[in-house]
Amino acid sequence: MENEKKLLVSAIRNGTVIDHIPAKDLFKVISILGLDTIDVPMTFGTNLESQKLGKKGVIKISDKYFEDNDLNKIALITTEARLNVIKDFKVSEKREIKVPDKYVVGIAKCVNPKCVTNHENIQTKFTVFDAENLSLKCEYCEKITDKKHLKIIK
Amino acid sequence: MKNKSLVSITDYSKENIAEILRMAKLFEEKPNQRILEDKVVASLFFEPSTRTRLSFESAVNRLSGRVVGFSESGSTSVSKGESLKDTIKTIATYTDLIVMRHPLEGSAKYASEISDVPVVNAGDGANQHPTQTLLDLYSIYKTQGKLDNLNIFLVGDLKYGRTVHSLLMAMSNYNPTFHFISHPRLAMPDEYKMFLNSKNIKFFEHEDFTEIINQADIMYMTRVQKERFSDPIEYEKTKDTYVLKNDILVNTKTNLKILHPLPRVNEISDEVDDNKKAYYFEQAKNGVYTRQAILAAIFGLKPENDIN
Repeated sequence: MENEKKLLVSAIRNGTVIDHIPAKDLFKVISILGLDTIDVPMTFGTNLESQKLGKKGVIKISDKYFEDNDLNKIALITTEARLNVIKDFKVSEKREIKVPDKYVVGIAKCVNPKCVTNHENIQTKFTVFDAENLSLKCEYCEKITDKKHLKIIK
Repeated sequence: MKNKSLVSITDYSKENIAEILRMAKLFEEKPNQRILEDKVVASLFFEPSTRTRLSFESAVNRLSGRVVGFSESGSTSVSKGESLKDTIKTIATYTDLIVMRHPLEGSAKYASEISDVPVVNAGDGANQHPTQTLLDLYSIYKTQGKLDNLNIFLVGDLKYGRTVHSLLMAMSNYNPTFHFISHPRLAMPDEYKMFLNSKNIKFFEHEDFTEIINQADIMYMTRVQKERFSDPIEYEKTKDTYVLKNDILVNTKTNLKILHPLPRVNEISDEVDDNKKAYYFEQAKNGVYTRQAILAAIFGLKPENDIN
């Protein structure tokens, strides 16, 4: 099994690997990290077999490391994903993906159609109301946006 | 409070609220004062209002300040597609304080972030209306002589009514007992009940008026809007259940006062208007004194008759 995976998506020397992304969420993760605008070699795999998830996606980015704040954006899409920092073909660090502690700024869209952020050109801002179930409270209209209704901006 | 915007009732601490109520009493004793002579207040009403706008403008005028503004956005550049940001930024350069009502929720908070002068929220959609809450508190304080340990009944639309939610949050500082009377469809949302539980505040839920109202110190009525019911038959069946009439009030406490943020439709029968327990028109009048106090506090000014 291990060999087969390596054939599907080749290894990188240095960089970041995000694995165990539920296949349906792969393109959202690409978008939220802005990978479509970064000028480094990267490979994406999707609908790969996964015992845990059924079908998973994987992202391998050469020579690119992320700030915690960037990574935590992934948590708004999935907390299943695992992130490894690769140095010289080896995993040098496993990073945890968790919902941001306090504020979520400019990533999520408020669920309330009457919220001012959906009508004016305003960066959204939420406090994390419930990290476990991922519900966010809008700093403007004070309404709760839960995971089911969460939409990512950009 | 000085130079600080008032967007939500939670912007004011218990001490801040006490200071507003103290000053409101002084303005009630002497409503006409010259403390705002060099101030221009913007009154921006992007959607209609009777009491809030006129009581704010009266409050400014009685304090010798001047008001500029509009009572509907049709006559402004908003109708040309100007953003709220540009409107507020511009008006903030003309005036010393902005009073704003806007249909979008969160608009007051946003305005307070971009304005160089303080913003007072006069209602942002279904979200917050803190000056209403402060005048409600003043009315309760004035009629009961205290805010602590009161039995407060909230009646009508407890699900969507922003005034009852803000009042509940504000009163939670004063160890009340709450009774909620509403149709199950319009019951108090769980988040507020969880909030009360977290503060160990007692509350009871009822589906109609029972003799328990004999314990009430304050009965806060709200309008039940037809559009809240998807089934018009259900509305017709239930609307009379929550209509307050004199015979319901027969055995209630002598200190009981009936409050209503107004406008009312039919939830308080006209016959109650002459009952000594009816207080809603007085309550509306208290709005002027309370708003005078809020303006003075934000401008950092004292009432002329303040000996402290």
